[in-house]
Amino acid sequence: MSATTTTPKTSSPGSSPAGKTRKPRQAGWWLPYALLGPAILFELVIHVIPMFTGIWMSFLRLTKAFISNWGKAPVTGLQNYTVALDFNSAVGAGLLRSFLITCAFTLLVVGLAWVIGMAAAVALQKEFWGRGFFRTLFLVPYALPMYAGIIAWKFMLQKDTGAVNHFLFDNLGLGGDKPFWLIGDNAFWSIVVVAIWRLWPFAFLMLMAGLQSIPGEVYEASAVDGAKPLRQWSSITLPMLRPVNMVLILVMFLWTFNDFNTPFVLFGTAQPPAGDLISFHIYNASFLTWNFGSGAAMSVLLLIFLLIVSGIYLLVLNRRSRRA
Amino acid sequence: MKIRSLAAGAAIAALALSTAACGGSNSSSSSESSSSSGSGGGGSITYWASNQGTSLDNDKEVLTPQLEKFQQQTGIKVNLEVIGWSDLQTRIQTAVTSGQAPDVVNIGNTWAASLQSTGAFMPFDDAAFKAIGGKDKFVKTALDTGGAPGQDPTSVPLYGLAYGLYYNKAMFAAAGLTPPTNWEDLVSDAKKLTSGDKYGFALAAGSYTENAHFAFINAAQNGSDLFDSSGKPTFTDDGVVNGIKRYLDLMQTDKVVNTSNVQYENAVKAVNDFATGKVAMILNQNNADNSIVANGMANDAYGVVPFPAPAGSKTDVASHVAGINLSIFDNTKNKDAALKFVNFMTSAETQTALGKPFSSLPVLNGATPNFTDNAEEAKTFSDIYATKAKPLPLVPAEDQFESTVGKAMNQMFATIASGKTVTTDDIKSALKTAQEQVAAAG
Amino acid sequence: MRETTGAKSFRIVVLTLLSIFTIVPVYVMVTSAMKPLADVQGAFTWWPSSVTFAPFIDMWKTVRLADYFVNSLIVAGSATILSLIIAIFASYAISRYRFRGRTIFSTTVLSTQMFPGVLFLLPLFLIFVNINSTLGIQLVGTRLGLVITYLTFSLPFSIWMLAGYFDGIPHELDEAAKVDGCGPMGALLRVVLPAARPGLIAVAIYSFMTSWGEVLFASVMTTDANRTLAVGLQLYSTQTNVYWNQIMAASLVVSIPVVIGFLLLQRNFVAGLTAGAVK
Repeated sequence: MSATTTTPKTSSPGSSPAGKTRKPRQAGWWLPYALLGPAILFELVIHVIPMFTGIWMSFLRLTKAFISNWGKAPVTGLQNYTVALDFNSAVGAGLLRSFLITCAFTLLVVGLAWVIGMAAAVALQKEFWGRGFFRTLFLVPYALPMYAGIIAWKFMLQKDTGAVNHFLFDNLGLGGDKPFWLIGDNAFWSIVVVAIWRLWPFAFLMLMAGLQSIPGEVYEASAVDGAKPLRQWSSITLPMLRPVNMVLILVMFLWTFNDFNTPFVLFGTAQPPAGDLISFHIYNASFLTWNFGSGAAMSVLLLIFLLIVSGIYLLVLNRRSRRA
Repeated sequence: MKIRSLAAGAAIAALALSTAACGGSNSSSSSESSSSSGSGGGGSITYWASNQGTSLDNDKEVLTPQLEKFQQQTGIKVNLEVIGWSDLQTRIQTAVTSGQAPDVVNIGNTWAASLQSTGAFMPFDDAAFKAIGGKDKFVKTALDTGGAPGQDPTSVPLYGLAYGLYYNKAMFAAAGLTPPTNWEDLVSDAKKLTSGDKYGFALAAGSYTENAHFAFINAAQNGSDLFDSSGKPTFTDDGVVNGIKRYLDLMQTDKVVNTSNVQYENAVKAVNDFATGKVAMILNQNNADNSIVANGMANDAYGVVPFPAPAGSKTDVASHVAGINLSIFDNTKNKDAALKFVNFMTSAETQTALGKPFSSLPVLNGATPNFTDNAEEAKTFSDIYATKAKPLPLVPAEDQFESTVGKAMNQMFATIASGKTVTTDDIKSALKTAQEQVAAAG
Repeated sequence: MRETTGAKSFRIVVLTLLSIFTIVPVYVMVTSAMKPLADVQGAFTWWPSSVTFAPFIDMWKTVRLADYFVNSLIVAGSATILSLIIAIFASYAISRYRFRGRTIFSTTVLSTQMFPGVLFLLPLFLIFVNINSTLGIQLVGTRLGLVITYLTFSLPFSIWMLAGYFDGIPHELDEAAKVDGCGPMGALLRVVLPAARPGLIAVAIYSFMTSWGEVLFASVMTTDANRTLAVGLQLYSTQTNVYWNQIMAASLVVSIPVVIGFLLLQRNFVAGLTAGAVK
């Protein structure tokens, strides 16, 4: 991540090195720190300190009996972790299943949201009548408050009163019984579709912004060479969007893997196993059993996994881009 | 480096000055904070009430005159917040965790032993009982739900509730049926009443608390307990497994329940089906009365009988001892005022005043139920409460029984509704998982 | 340059399918909000058989929607303003100065995006409780607590996006302002900020939407006094009846300010992204 933030060499050549060496001395060394002060304060209070507290909690036996006086909770070392990672036990098996479901969910959602977002961005790349309309329309799911969109889907996915079954069975005339979409195995497909609906406009937005920074002459030059649209896409668009894609896919991966809102609003207290995403799983495990130490341990495991995946991702991509 | 950044932090003020120095423009920030009504002052206490009436606002309307009366009598102001059931448990949890709690709170009485084990609630010792009018004023069954046996209870009963089998008189008469007195009759009646879009029965099959209650009641009818004497879960007992199977089979093999009921996340939805004549029977606590009438069904159009056990059962348990209890948070700064308030809420006068709007059974000895004008219904529920109700296990892990077994049953109903079969073995293995979860959480 | 037929049919297919996918939930929301209760409880129909605006009136009574609306407005508005100010200062520092700890700061701030919310939900709650008992600032169950939580949630992305945007503004402009006698803060206010207007709007939109839509922390940190729409909307389904028409009407009404604001300012948002994040 740092790779994308610490290379701001966009200003006109010559001026920035000069500015760099002169300014700090004039304005005082403390100025940047003072400017960062409020941000550091809030990050510490809201993000960093709670996270370390959470890690510490994961080593405690923080159950119902201690929660009202959590300072007195006994330290149990790694016990919360061994329970969570013992996949033969009910707790570990539940966590593993939830993790695998979340992996499948994330792959599908990020992959499809990217493909759809890319298709829309490319379709709207060239000027044509009505382009602005479509661009605005496609941003609606992103602009809607998260819960409002999901609640609308929840209504559509009701068995007897929902639009989805009405469309499939009454309009298209599919035979058989109307299925449930929010319980049982179908819950997985429901949550995948809803999550894609929420996410793809973001991919579209980023890719569209990225496409705008590709100069039109590049395409004209390749068109003169006789390149077909598909070839143009793979030889020009995709490589030029590389920096965007690198960030976009990582951000979408993290958001999707940590997604709590979609299952929470879509399923409420029902929690079908097929839609048991990991954040939702940990939340329920903590609040239903009051075992916050165990919940913290599961969260730390999740964090470690995300750190490893993101680390490998950035490492591989950075190495490849350096070679290129 | 550290000292430097400290100094840098101190320089923020200077920064603001340098901003202003340059010119006219300035940026002002306004942060909004609401003044919260703290529970500190000597003359006031905070009370969290659960949702008993038809809506949160309805609860407020019902309770406010009583609280004003209390203020007139004692000079203590009560700050009321009514909390819906979906929130109440989380809110109590966060209050326990943070110590930022109200003085007095409503709890579902089945949570009593679980909440007691957090140590966050005030035990009612002899002195405390004296302050609220003595132990003897309460019905013993109700008082027993106040906490684990052998300890001073941390809650006292406020509203009494019990399950009953509600049936639609007109539908029964049209089919030439009389209300069932055993399980087998219940099933055969329900089958006769199921045709077209009418069903014999509606269940809150998506509500884990309702499901857990019926796991308990059906198991109790089979003579099985959920926890052994040492507090270990015994969910995989045959009596429990078969009891759950019997309940599931209403949808699975008897097909007297619309599979859509799996989406009923609370009992109210089943009640609505009953009140609008879509189903002939429901199992509900006596507080269903308000909703039934509110949905346009007259009070004399339905009858109530005890939830029947199978013929030849060991016991005729028809309900758990349901109800709402009052607890005082241990860290309250207004203990005397809180006790006075508990005394007031459990006084005969207040109980009578609240019995009707909240359709609750009296928890006081010698009180007559007034939640309904229908004498027969009142008698039926009083009998169930007094003689056919068994308390849910009074152990710290009770809440986890409700969440693990109840949720497992949600899934079983979901499986059935999507056309698959749940066998006795499936139930047993799901209960084994639930049992392990309860053990691991301990 | 002429478009090939392949490209054109690709465009038509993609735009048609995506328009349907996008619009159907919104269409269902709008039409269901105008149906009587009996209609939303029966089989679904694409076209309302009878139109009523009663749900738009009744929804204010079923739950205390107006209060939640006000809470959400105050919380999201305050969080946006504060977050924007803090992000401006921080991004300016990152963009214009080279100092020790700069990389560590950017990396740490961005990596907070990785933290699972469930991990620091309870600890944050406990920290708020401790702040209350030591400093006497009430953060649990108040709007203030939500404001500082939400402003921090939007900080990382805001700082990152704005820093990128500021990088694109030539340093000569700062220098020119300083020649005119302004300090570095004057240069920021007078020169950099006006030039960065699309970026600022983009960040403000992002912050507002983040705060307006947050569910997880709202579900634990709010009480009756500070409940936001994210939690308030769920209360419709705990009522004695499931008023789907009112739920849809309420969803629609709470969406309107954000959607209109976003769609009006979307050009700025895209421009902000183009110059900032996407580089």
